[in-house]
Amino acid sequence: MDILCRGLIGFSLLVLAAPSLAQAQQHSITVASTTSTEQSGLFKHLLPRFTERTGIAVKVVALGTGQALDVGRRGDADVVFVHDKAAEEKFLADGFAAGRQDVMYNDFIIVGPKGDPAKAAGKDVLVGLRKIAEAKAPFISRGDRSGTHAAELRYWTDAGLDLNAAKGDWYKEIGQGMGPALNTASAQNAYVLTDRGTWLSFKNRGDLAVLVEGDQRLFNQYGVMLVNPAKHPNVKAAEGQAFIDWLVSPEGQAAIAAYKIEGEQLFFPNAAPEKRKAA
Amino acid sequence: MMEALTSAFSLIGTLDREVAAIAGLSLRVSVLAVALGCLVGLPLGAVIAITSFPGRQGIVAVLNAFMGLPAVVVGLIVYLLLSRSGPLGSLGLLFTPTAMVMAQTILVTPLIAALTQQIVEDADRDLREQLRSLRLNRAHRVRALLYDARFSLVVAVLAAFGRAVSEVGAVLVVGGNIAGFTRTMTTAISLETSKGDLPLALALGFVLIGLVVVVNALASGLRTYAMRAYG
Amino acid sequence: MRALLPIRIEGLSFRPGGRPVLKGLSAAITAPRITAVIGPNGAGKSVLLRLMDGLLTPDAGSIQFGDRGADEVRRAFVFQKSALLRASVAQNVALALWPEGLPRLDAKQRIKEALHRVGLAERADDPARKLSGGEQQRLALARAWATRPELLLLDEPTANLDPGATEAIERLVSDMAQAGTTVILVSHNLGQVARLAEDVLVLSGGRAVEHGPTHAILKTPRTPEARAYLKGELPWTSFAAA
Repeated sequence: MDILCRGLIGFSLLVLAAPSLAQAQQHSITVASTTSTEQSGLFKHLLPRFTERTGIAVKVVALGTGQALDVGRRGDADVVFVHDKAAEEKFLADGFAAGRQDVMYNDFIIVGPKGDPAKAAGKDVLVGLRKIAEAKAPFISRGDRSGTHAAELRYWTDAGLDLNAAKGDWYKEIGQGMGPALNTASAQNAYVLTDRGTWLSFKNRGDLAVLVEGDQRLFNQYGVMLVNPAKHPNVKAAEGQAFIDWLVSPEGQAAIAAYKIEGEQLFFPNAAPEKRKAA
Repeated sequence: MMEALTSAFSLIGTLDREVAAIAGLSLRVSVLAVALGCLVGLPLGAVIAITSFPGRQGIVAVLNAFMGLPAVVVGLIVYLLLSRSGPLGSLGLLFTPTAMVMAQTILVTPLIAALTQQIVEDADRDLREQLRSLRLNRAHRVRALLYDARFSLVVAVLAAFGRAVSEVGAVLVVGGNIAGFTRTMTTAISLETSKGDLPLALALGFVLIGLVVVVNALASGLRTYAMRAYG
Repeated sequence: MRALLPIRIEGLSFRPGGRPVLKGLSAAITAPRITAVIGPNGAGKSVLLRLMDGLLTPDAGSIQFGDRGADEVRRAFVFQKSALLRASVAQNVALALWPEGLPRLDAKQRIKEALHRVGLAERADDPARKLSGGEQQRLALARAWATRPELLLLDEPTANLDPGATEAIERLVSDMAQAGTTVILVSHNLGQVARLAEDVLVLSGGRAVEHGPTHAILKTPRTPEARAYLKGELPWTSFAAA
């Protein structure tokens, strides 16, 4: 038992030492972003270029937009990179960010069963949603305070539809991310609003196909913000700003545009030089 | 499904870098958590087993209840503690492997302490009078009982390890599942499954199952050996 | 040194959970080597032994060892069935030496001597639990021996053993008594009592009813309780001391 104890302690001290040897903690930032962005594979493509350029490692914590903003609010990340302009502007107004910039946009699409029982297919998202509601066709919602979820709710409102009666009936909120939502939709042959990026990398499609796309309203704007160092002194302001500057720089924007899945571009850079709004 | 399985096996067979790194992190975190849990839990459980003090029944009941602490709850508590806006925020430990070790240590320590308490209490029943007649002080009694019960205790520790390495709730919340940094087998499986990317999820799943099977085989082998060698 | 004699037991009472086991037991143990304690079951023999070892605390009364307090006397106890650790024979003996905090080599030496004394030297590294009953009791004696006790208390040490093993234990106990340890032996084995003890203390109903030289008590018990007990143990009336 003595030997066992000593062996275990010795082994774990070794094990404890190992990660600190492997880690270069000095130049790294924490970015709170969304699951859809990470699952699209964009970061895998984008971040190594930034790191090569600047030597700064980027650790991405991928959560829902609501949660990502929450992390930023608490000062647990240096940069927030999400896609819910209204929520971002509130975040900025509340003083939690030291500025906000547009970075890129992608678009949402509605996917559903190939047979399209609700006849929702087309170029108009509001019409499509009305058709789905009329037909009471099964619809999966993320229900998780994410950017996608917020957008989805806006579309329902804009279409003039009140969902309270429908909840639990044909409208199902699962409280999870885009991947699980697509999985559920695939399993139940239901309609779901998704971002194109996640859809393109999603491998479990079952009988689902793209039905509604191309509506201007479906464009999904991404913004990046530096967490306010005045509120949270621990924020790595210089490195965080370096990341933001790179994202909106011609080099960063080109890298974003270069990311393709099966030949299709997912994200469209649209950073505009604008005055940084100080908090 | 078949292709998912075959790609899974080739990932394991070629010791794919990503799989190895992820498995390595899981092991590092859980082994360390269990080691720390033993450091606290073994003596704590033993002392509670042999000491009578007011409220002992209550403490034992609480310890047993904490054996089944939901991992997500532990994760949430540690998350709130380590967040920059939390009491321990200045340590800057959130979203690091250290936070994961902390959370898992909190998870397994009550388990180890409770099991130790039960095991040592049983051993003490047989040995108490003898040890008292030898005039051993409490520290000596604890040492003798832990040594006597060592095989059962190792089995308990292996059980704690199984719990730690299989949980996903705590490490996901406090680690953030950051690629290449805080991604463990369980968080990776949950991520890849939700992406519908089965081969990697399956590969990790097999590694995890394999690990758990090996640990359990060790436990029962140890029990058999102990019975035969020591009676 | 015999400075722990006489062992004066005054008005000892023990009432666990209200049930009286010892009711004002008084006796003075003077035999320098071996005193046997006999009596029917429930008379309080094992309890008396444990009170003398400090494993139990009396509700009333006291035990004096010569002019010394109990804690100053080095005592060792051998149970009817010894509890052993899942460890080697030598390690089980070492356990007894932990309180003394001896330097490593001294401890090893003592263990070696003790095992040699009881004839278990070649079994030093064997798992203690795998020993036979007789060997385990020898191990218990080695454990006691290693601490060099002034007082050795034995609670029916050979009750579970065959005659061969019993003889070995008796020889060892006798050796220890010869070497200077005072021994108190609880036994139902009157042959053993006759072979080993100088004095006999007879207990009945939580009290001491008779006390005197072995040969006298066994042959001509004076009190009715002692007579009843001895009659029960030995259906024939005469008994020749060995």
